[in-house]
Amino acid sequence: MAAPWASLRLVAPMWNGRIRGIHRLGGAVAPEGNQKKKRTILQFLTNYFYDVEALRDYLLQREMYKVHEKNRFRDKEWIRPDKYGHFSQEFWNFCEVPVEAVDASDCDINYEGLDNLLRLKELQSLSLQRCSHVDDWCLSRLYPLADSLQELSLAGCPRVSERGLACLHHLQNLRRLDISDLPAVSNPGLTQILVEEMLPNCKVVGVDWAEGLKSGPEEQPQDTASPVPA
Amino acid sequence: MIRRVLPHGMGRGRLTRRPGTRRGGFSLDWDGKVSEIKKKIKSILPGRSCDLLQDTSHLPPEHSDVVIVGGGVLGLSVAYWLKKLESRRGAIRVLVVERDHTYSQASTGLSVGGICQQFSLPENIQLSLFSASFLRNINEYLAVVDAPPLDLQFNPSGYLLLASEKDAAAMESNVKVQRQEGAKVSLMSPDQLRNKFPWINTEGVALASYGMEDEGWFDPWCLLQGLRRKVQSLGVLFCQGEVTRFLSSSQRMLTTDDKAVVLKRIHEVHVKMDRSLEYQPVECAIVINAAGAWSSQIAALAGIGEGPPGTLQGTKLPVEPRKRDVYVWHCPQGPGLETPLVADTSGAYFRREGLGSNYLGGRSPTEQEEPDPANLEVDHDFFQDKVWPHLALRVPAFETLKVQSAWAGYYDYNTFDQNGVVGPHPLVVNMYFATGFSGHGLQQAPGVGRAVAEMVLKGRFQTINLSPFLFTRFYLGEKIQENNII
Repeated sequence: MAAPWASLRLVAPMWNGRIRGIHRLGGAVAPEGNQKKKRTILQFLTNYFYDVEALRDYLLQREMYKVHEKNRFRDKEWIRPDKYGHFSQEFWNFCEVPVEAVDASDCDINYEGLDNLLRLKELQSLSLQRCSHVDDWCLSRLYPLADSLQELSLAGCPRVSERGLACLHHLQNLRRLDISDLPAVSNPGLTQILVEEMLPNCKVVGVDWAEGLKSGPEEQPQDTASPVPA
Repeated sequence: MIRRVLPHGMGRGRLTRRPGTRRGGFSLDWDGKVSEIKKKIKSILPGRSCDLLQDTSHLPPEHSDVVIVGGGVLGLSVAYWLKKLESRRGAIRVLVVERDHTYSQASTGLSVGGICQQFSLPENIQLSLFSASFLRNINEYLAVVDAPPLDLQFNPSGYLLLASEKDAAAMESNVKVQRQEGAKVSLMSPDQLRNKFPWINTEGVALASYGMEDEGWFDPWCLLQGLRRKVQSLGVLFCQGEVTRFLSSSQRMLTTDDKAVVLKRIHEVHVKMDRSLEYQPVECAIVINAAGAWSSQIAALAGIGEGPPGTLQGTKLPVEPRKRDVYVWHCPQGPGLETPLVADTSGAYFRREGLGSNYLGGRSPTEQEEPDPANLEVDHDFFQDKVWPHLALRVPAFETLKVQSAWAGYYDYNTFDQNGVVGPHPLVVNMYFATGFSGHGLQQAPGVGRAVAEMVLKGRFQTINLSPFLFTRFYLGEKIQENNII
């Protein structure tokens, strides 16, 4: 595939005008007149020439990359592990930079492991979704992050119960708390109300407030006025 | 040339192998065995009552290395650690004798279930810290094959202790000691207190200490059942019965100053069955007194305290039962989910219970107000007169509350200095104490159990040094007062 890519770099500027047309194919925006003409030519070419399909794929990749770039945390990019699970060596250049957001979803972090997270004094967002070893004891350790933590997500943690949620009241700067899908919480609706009372400045999401309410009476009340059939 | 190979060990001064002995084991006690066999054969022969076919499954075994008197959380903790720390599997035979298997009057089940590190003695703080890590990893410690994991229902909400002007300095120095030992405690001024807990009335409060981690309350019944299950799986035998007698042998010895001292060694424990006169003598090597509120009766059976007062022989075990009431009330506008266990300056305490605006609490009475410990009947007037006014003063929302229920339990109260008694008795050399914790026995049980097991197996305390808690302090008059007793 090397040769077609090399030629595409030269070809791309020429097709610049047409690029937007290709993207609009999938979009909801109505194409203009001359672009409609160009699109049909391209479609014709796509059906008959393999190279044009490759071009289309390349342009789609570029579009995806742009979408990826937009996926930043407040103008800073996420540092993710590569497909082998390793982080790049450039990470070490960021030693002095304060960590603002940690996404530890699906991670096996436990009580002792939280030692590492608690040292991040400027942590603003922490996501512990679906961590199977995070329990009430771990939540009681989060208070050192009270000054900076604004967003916390505990969705799907199987060991977190309402008793652990009670010690989140130290986190007074919290603005967004996600407590959806916690199987160990005995009464999700009531817990949500109590947590909202506990953290008045925080938006608590995850539980539909109607959950836990019983559905209306199934049967109609008996009509006592009607005479008993003889 | 045929070399004559000498039989191994013969005439070489090494261990000779006698026929019938196994290498490394004890030689069979043939004489004792033969007489026992003779006795059994005689009983089978006609003309004698046949003892063989009687059912003795409810009786304890005839021999046991360690007999633990009392099957509450302290007794079971000692049994657990004895089995965990023994040098090889099956080395120690342990028997736990519990008078009441329903635990209807035992302090463990009736406890409020709190754990905190806010003590003034470093040993107490270390014990609580260890217990917190034990409870946190309870499913690794007490795992039993094919049994479901334990859910202690731990509320990590912490303890909030309030101090008035005169106690503020003591509280500050206590918090310093606690922080040195590694407990995470923060001090709060009345303003910070009002900020954090708007439902509190800070009148009369000069300082507050708030435990941030490893403090809270849990379900003591679950811990008890978990320990029981694990300890049974480790091979500890249980017996429902009451200890009525100790048979001991004495030895008169001379101290270095040529003073005569009588050392006693218990060699048999008589365990009487429930509602019957039948008893079983259990031959034992070590007796552990973990009988809680009734420890002094067990100590008296062993002859502790029989002697002229002021001498070591005459020093009794100063543990007696004290009745404490716990009341459960409902208050719809009460403090929210974040409420810690609040201990007021007046000694009244309360905590939340569950999600439904229920609270439970009580207050320790003063010496003059001590109720009669003969029964466990709740005194509701005590709540009206002595508990509610303090609660309503501290938390104005509690002015309207409705008491739902109440119960009473015993503290194994140490009248000397309200701290536990751990370790052997100086004169009755094989009786070890694990009692007298005056209301904080549950939260220190794992640590104390380990300490007693170390003392029994290794002869000294290895992890946490509880030498200040030995019995001898009662004779020497060395009080180790704990100031923060709720």
